[in-house]
Amino acid sequence: MQVFIPTPLRPYVAGKDSIEVNASTVAEALKQLTEEHPDLRKHLFTPEGKIRAFVNLYLNDEDVRYLSAREATAVTSADTLTIIPSIAGGQASTSMQRQDHSQGRPCLCSGS
Amino acid sequence: MGVLNISSAVYEAIRLHGEQTYPHECCGALLGQLSPEGWRIEAAVEAGNARTDSAHNRYQIAPGELVKIERDARRQGLGIAGFYHSHPDHPAQWSSTDLAEAHWLGCVYVITAIAQGKAMVTNCFLLEGAGEEDKHFVQVAVSVQGDGFTN
Repeated sequence: MQVFIPTPLRPYVAGKDSIEVNASTVAEALKQLTEEHPDLRKHLFTPEGKIRAFVNLYLNDEDVRYLSAREATAVTSADTLTIIPSIAGGQASTSMQRQDHSQGRPCLCSGS
Repeated sequence: MGVLNISSAVYEAIRLHGEQTYPHECCGALLGQLSPEGWRIEAAVEAGNARTDSAHNRYQIAPGELVKIERDARRQGLGIAGFYHSHPDHPAQWSSTDLAEAHWLGCVYVITAIAQGKAMVTNCFLLEGAGEEDKHFVQVAVSVQGDGFTN
């Protein structure tokens, strides 16, 4: 199956935007991917071996988190796996900081 | 990686998006190619703000939408160079929330301050670092090309 690699992880796979792996489950695909490209591992997994919370995995058009078997879901060579880090943020400002929209200094915002 | 090159059309489009969604934050992806000088932005793709519970000071692009954006970019021979969002009535500076939620190392985060519905300053920050432990933003210059790019 083909695994699509997002921009920030391409430096760890020789600049490629996709990698071909032979696997029977999503977990096997990730295992093979990180064995062949060990520098990827810390970006995908926590030190405890769990997939990092901000790493989204899509099997074709389905979020792997919501599949009943999750990473144990069976795959075929025709499937694709897309790795996509989350994107979020925002000013998360206080009312006083909202008054100042000029530039010049980092805002001291209290995000959560 | 010291300059973000962007066409005036794309630059104005992301600023207009921030005006249109005011007083909520807008968000979208920037598609482009990496050169030795930095990212060259070829297109911007508007995305919906999934943080409908707090859209005035938070943004999030739904992962499913992000997957579609990434696929379309690949078909065009482009990559996701980074993302843009607006700060309504707030400086065009990254916040602690922006840094905590930033995971696209080597990519750019463009922020536009929107004051009372009008686009003001647009700044660009490159997310640098070897990983989550030492990631940090570095401001980079924005170079707006008047008539688009010439190859």
